[in-house]
Amino acid sequence: MPETAVTALWYRRLVLALLLAPALLWLFALIILPHLDLALLSFRERVAPRQYVVSLAQYRTFFGEPLYWHVFVRTALLSALATALTLLVAFPIAWIIAKLARGRMSALLFVVCLIPFWVSETVRTLGWMILLRESGVLPALLVHLGITRQPVELLYHDATILVGLVYTSLLFMVVPLVGSLESLDNALIEAAYDLGGKGWSILREIVIPHAAPGITAGCIVVFMLTLGNYLTPTLLGGKNSQWFTEQIYTQFITRFNWEQGAAFGFLLLALSTAMVWLGLKISGQRFSDVMRRA
Amino acid sequence: MISSSARCALMVFLALGLLAGTPARADAAKVLRIITWADYVPAEVVAQFRKETGIQVEVTLSNNEEMISKLRATGGAGFDLAQPSQDRILGAQQEFGIYKPLDTSKVRLDEFVPELLATVRTNATLGGRLYGLPYVWGTEGLVYNSKRTRISDYQDLCKPELRGRTAVRLKRPTLMAFALASGTNPFALYGDTKAYTALMQQVGKTLAACKANFRFFYDNKDQLLNGMRAGEIYAAMMWDSGGWALNRENPDIKFINPRSGAIAWMDTFALPARGRNDAGAYAWINFVMRPEIAAKVARSIGNFTAARGADQLMDPRIRAQFAATFPDGLKNIKWYPAIPSGLEEIEGGVLDRVKAAD
Amino acid sequence: MAATGATPDLQVRSLSKRFATHLAVDALSFSVARGSFFSILGPSGCGKTTLLRMIAGFIQPDGGDIAIGGRDLAQVAPNRRPVNMVFQHLALFPMMSVAQNVAFGLARRGVGRAERLRRAEAMLERVGLAGAGGKRTDELSGGQRQRVAIARSLVLEPTLLLLDEPLGALDLKLREHMKVELKQLQSAFGTTFVYITHDQSEALVLSDHVGVMNHGRFEQLGTPQELYYSPATSFVADFVGANNRLAGKALSVAGSLVELDTSGGWVVRARGHGAIAAGAAVEAFIRPEAAMLGRTPAELPAGQTVHSGEVISVLFDGANSVVLLRESRSRLQLRIALPQTGAYSDLQVGAPICFSFDPERAICFPARAAHA
Ligand SMILES: Nc1ncnc2c1ncn2[C@@H]1O[C@H](COP(=O)(O)OP(=O)(O)OP(=O)(O)O)[C@@H](O)[C@H]1O
Ligand SMILES: [Mg+2]
Repeated sequence: MPETAVTALWYRRLVLALLLAPALLWLFALIILPHLDLALLSFRERVAPRQYVVSLAQYRTFFGEPLYWHVFVRTALLSALATALTLLVAFPIAWIIAKLARGRMSALLFVVCLIPFWVSETVRTLGWMILLRESGVLPALLVHLGITRQPVELLYHDATILVGLVYTSLLFMVVPLVGSLESLDNALIEAAYDLGGKGWSILREIVIPHAAPGITAGCIVVFMLTLGNYLTPTLLGGKNSQWFTEQIYTQFITRFNWEQGAAFGFLLLALSTAMVWLGLKISGQRFSDVMRRA
Repeated sequence: MISSSARCALMVFLALGLLAGTPARADAAKVLRIITWADYVPAEVVAQFRKETGIQVEVTLSNNEEMISKLRATGGAGFDLAQPSQDRILGAQQEFGIYKPLDTSKVRLDEFVPELLATVRTNATLGGRLYGLPYVWGTEGLVYNSKRTRISDYQDLCKPELRGRTAVRLKRPTLMAFALASGTNPFALYGDTKAYTALMQQVGKTLAACKANFRFFYDNKDQLLNGMRAGEIYAAMMWDSGGWALNRENPDIKFINPRSGAIAWMDTFALPARGRNDAGAYAWINFVMRPEIAAKVARSIGNFTAARGADQLMDPRIRAQFAATFPDGLKNIKWYPAIPSGLEEIEGGVLDRVKAAD
Repeated sequence: MAATGATPDLQVRSLSKRFATHLAVDALSFSVARGSFFSILGPSGCGKTTLLRMIAGFIQPDGGDIAIGGRDLAQVAPNRRPVNMVFQHLALFPMMSVAQNVAFGLARRGVGRAERLRRAEAMLERVGLAGAGGKRTDELSGGQRQRVAIARSLVLEPTLLLLDEPLGALDLKLREHMKVELKQLQSAFGTTFVYITHDQSEALVLSDHVGVMNHGRFEQLGTPQELYYSPATSFVADFVGANNRLAGKALSVAGSLVELDTSGGWVVRARGHGAIAAGAAVEAFIRPEAAMLGRTPAELPAGQTVHSGEVISVLFDGANSVVLLRESRSRLQLRIALPQTGAYSDLQVGAPICFSFDPERAICFPARAAHA
């Protein structure tokens, strides 16, 4: 009797281990190992063909070359700006989906947010380029409406990058926001209104505190996606994109400088970790709560 | 080696990709995996090769940098034949050991144009062993829309009236071109790191100052072709085949040999260090170097091949365009010598600064 | 019902609201006197919440008007009405402390921070929650949360406090307790309460006046005593207080008394209410405490018709104990109050028993049309 029980327990553990094995293997082989390896790579320096020594040269290059940390800071700031804009755009949409639209209408709105993801990011971004390029649809429309005399180039500006990033990130903000707004009891809003609250004060005192985990989750996801985005900033930003992921790509692929690329990669990882930590601190949220919302 | 685990992970990825991408097959000898440029392996030629040899060709499209990076990541595995430019073989081989030497006894060397073979021999020999054979060559010069502007040399792209109307690649050929235009031959300074660095920095400044003129830095041929066709770009640095193609569509668009000289490139055959089907690779090289096959390839690419006698079979229109662009033949053309390793790092820093310029 | 002299606090005239095809509130009119406790009593779905939300301003009426303190509210937004509401599930703000909840309305009115915290603390003290200001709302018991919800409204000194079944979520014991407390709070503050409930005993205990609502209309408006002793309709007789309902046919009408025949040929007499003709279908109601029990007919008051039956069970509940019996002829079940003397505490199941009642204390209505 006890023996069979022990066997059964052992058997269940084995099954559990087998079930988890692919995920753990995946995690280990494709995430942890490469990162360890990158970490080691970032601490070496090429002295001669196929000769490397341990050194901090890659990090020194980063801090010594204003060019690189300028791009780094710029990427961080634009990502933060894109996150804030995404929040501003997504909030009303999420509000409509969660509170105003019913049944089919809210499903429809969700689908509208989803549509951009039915095509690959490349196609989506190329679509933007066709719309915005000088010989594209939007500049022609502007001329047609008499807003500009000549077709203007709408590509390759920071604003274009932001538009593209917000568009790409919208869904990732809307989903956690809808989740947290749906769980907000309408009676709380009515009660606040009944007690003399107005739109803004209710938003500030009731809605935002309630939705804070959702907002933080959305912001973290969007910020990380934006920071790590490569295609949208490089394609829409063109010659002026100056996105840090592009630097990493360049170092790895066109410069064959894996050491520098690895160091850049780690700096980006540190940046996103720091920003997430900062975001949690500022909003007073706990990581586990937030991730459950995401 | 430190990066063995990264290599492992990449291998897992590649393996998954290959498993997913190709049907199960019995025999490595029946498949030839080529990493090459667009249009270099026409479907028609692949079909004929298969009929003759039973070997199936799988093509992966790429460019110089990606080719090196991919082979570096796998330690030279994953492909049986690569087609890097002749100047990019030596440095990559010294640094990463991604190729294996060619066994010239397995190739019919007399099919190759001797001058081109000699160029590759000079640039791609390491330790007395040859690592590349010539395949296709061409030039990079200037293309412009004569309805809009007129240019004759690289620095004309920086004329004030061309603001926002030109395009170049943010890569080393552009640095070479502007160095030539400044009156210094960069290739002569390959051995003198200090002088070379100074030259590159000066070129970088010129390009940074010219940045407002560049509408974009293009990554692929199509991006530029579209820009020229849409009339957004008036003048650009361009490969001859692309320039001639545009000229055939629209006679107002001209491809010219710049006053400082077009830069000639040559793409090669090279064997990845851990390829599985060397026999297939040699069979392919011998096959495509037959004049009638080489002519088909040339038609697909729009450039001349290194196969002897194939230019006689070349499209007469392209031969006419070549004659118009280079009335003095190949006299004012600069061939890329092999790049010593380390130079690309200097160039990289300069290119980064151009990118960051306002 | 209007308070004598002064303008009533709340005046509602022919208020209507229709949801699609469903008429939720049907041309209601009533007024509530200043400082009184007014209840709206009705079954689930009869339109109580709809009515209250129209008064609070959350629902736009289709017709009719509402005036508070003589001022018409048609164009006044809910956050500007001199009315506050205690929600069915309280709707305390979980993101704030108890004190912040109470101070919320004051903050919206621009009261300074120190002042509003002082007032919130004072209010909490008045509702018996001194010192609880720093707690989170989910650290409170159900009754305490209740009091916070009321304090949060009362601190704004509204003319009118609307309460939507505020005791609904509490367990029975606490509900009994809170009933008393609500009544005390109301008289201590002197605020006019409009209170919604579907529990008739709450309405009877708490209210000065009650409107019994059914299908969007008031069946009767009156004091608890009026509703209990003189129901205006059979619905009120049925809904307010315990009652024995006997359906049957009128045999004869003699003056105010109707003689009716219940299904099994059992004949009883009751005071008629409304137009009843012989042969019409009727319903009669006899309150449990209106009938007298006797082991023998001799124990019953002389002059009253004696009915007989057998005991089904004795439901002992202290002062509210009743006996459940089956009338001999009709086999109908009746519930009759046990006298508090304990005289019948030894009744056995199945024992024969007699009972009688004063026909004047039984009431007979024309039968209701079958409602949906
Ligand atoms: N927004 C609405 N849309 C459609 N019908 C509604 C709406 N609100 C209420 N109703 C309907 O109106 C009727 C009255 O609803 P109301 O909420 O006023 O009932 P109630 O008396 O408060 O019931 P309860 O005691 O269950 O709370 C119900 O039949 C309900 O289904
Ligand atoms: Mg209700």
